[in-house]
Amino acid sequence: MLIDTSFLTSRMNEALGWARKYSIFQYPFVTACCGMEYMATACSHYDVDRFGAGFPRFSPRQADVLFVVGTISHKMAPVLKRIHDQMADPKWVVAFGVCTCTGGFYDNYATVMGIDTIMPVDVYIPGCPPRPEMVLDGLMKLQDKIQDQHTSGKRAAPEPRPDNLEV
Amino acid sequence: MNPSSAITAVTDRFPEAVSTSHTYRGDATVILRRQSLLEVTRFLKEDPEFQMNFLVDLTAVDYSAFGKGGRPAFFASSGVAVSPPPLIPDKDPWPGPPDPSRFVVVYHFFSTTHKHRLRLVVPVADADPRLDSVSDLWPAANWLEREVWDMFGIQFSGHPDMRRILMYEGFEGYPLRKDYPVNKRQPLIGPLN
Repeated sequence: MLIDTSFLTSRMNEALGWARKYSIFQYPFVTACCGMEYMATACSHYDVDRFGAGFPRFSPRQADVLFVVGTISHKMAPVLKRIHDQMADPKWVVAFGVCTCTGGFYDNYATVMGIDTIMPVDVYIPGCPPRPEMVLDGLMKLQDKIQDQHTSGKRAAPEPRPDNLEV
Repeated sequence: MNPSSAITAVTDRFPEAVSTSHTYRGDATVILRRQSLLEVTRFLKEDPEFQMNFLVDLTAVDYSAFGKGGRPAFFASSGVAVSPPPLIPDKDPWPGPPDPSRFVVVYHFFSTTHKHRLRLVVPVADADPRLDSVSDLWPAANWLEREVWDMFGIQFSGHPDMRRILMYEGFEGYPLRKDYPVNKRQPLIGPLN
């Protein structure tokens, strides 16, 4: 994105990042109880619209951020992957709740042990369910990442997942 | 009809079908031989004294690991493991597993006209896990029997659509059987963890 690092283009990119981070179109992929907490965050008490993310799009082709909210089972995993593939670049993924981060306490035959096994994740919000304050904190971290991406010109690589998880 | 009179009515009507029966905390349980399942359930549904028109639940139990593990651990409020307290003597003790067979299939019936309940328990052997389907009598049994097939691998003959219902096509094994490895994963996509 950043070819010429002159003053004008870098200012332009910063402005683009500023605009982009305050106009997040999110796709809520809600499967479980974390959805209630997601709704609490989205409604007027906590008001996610203050951060420009108050407009959920129910088509992945119109969304920037995939909010994966709730437990993902192995049966659901191909669907989630397909949704992620359908989103246009640039796109970001937020793992909402401990089940999407690591599988949570569902260490069993049915559950994906963290969605980062099937797609890159930008922000992890643990908690069962996370408080709305944590969600807003995670959203602000995502905004910082979006801004950094435009300022520095390169996207922070997602943290690699260890091959073998010792339990 | 109270629990004991329900048991008496079923036992008198089908003396060779009922192997044992008991009441536990006000709930009547009749343990049936599996050959006579259809005959008895049809009677329970159509008899004017019973009119069991509501199949509350249909599930199965795998008793193969029952009583073979260690005693459950008890933890004091400090988190330290302590020995379990002595059992309080029970006037009406739980009768234990109904049969030496590996599986039992459990039917819970309720009558919305007479407001009474009955539980049927049908032992199913490991060698031939097969039972007659009651989905003709109670359409609710359709999905419940598919769930039992999916989770325990018990076939229901006469079922119109004997497919898995919760797990996906290509899933191997029956995850609620006690010999299904607790760490076994069969992901459709992604790594094996």
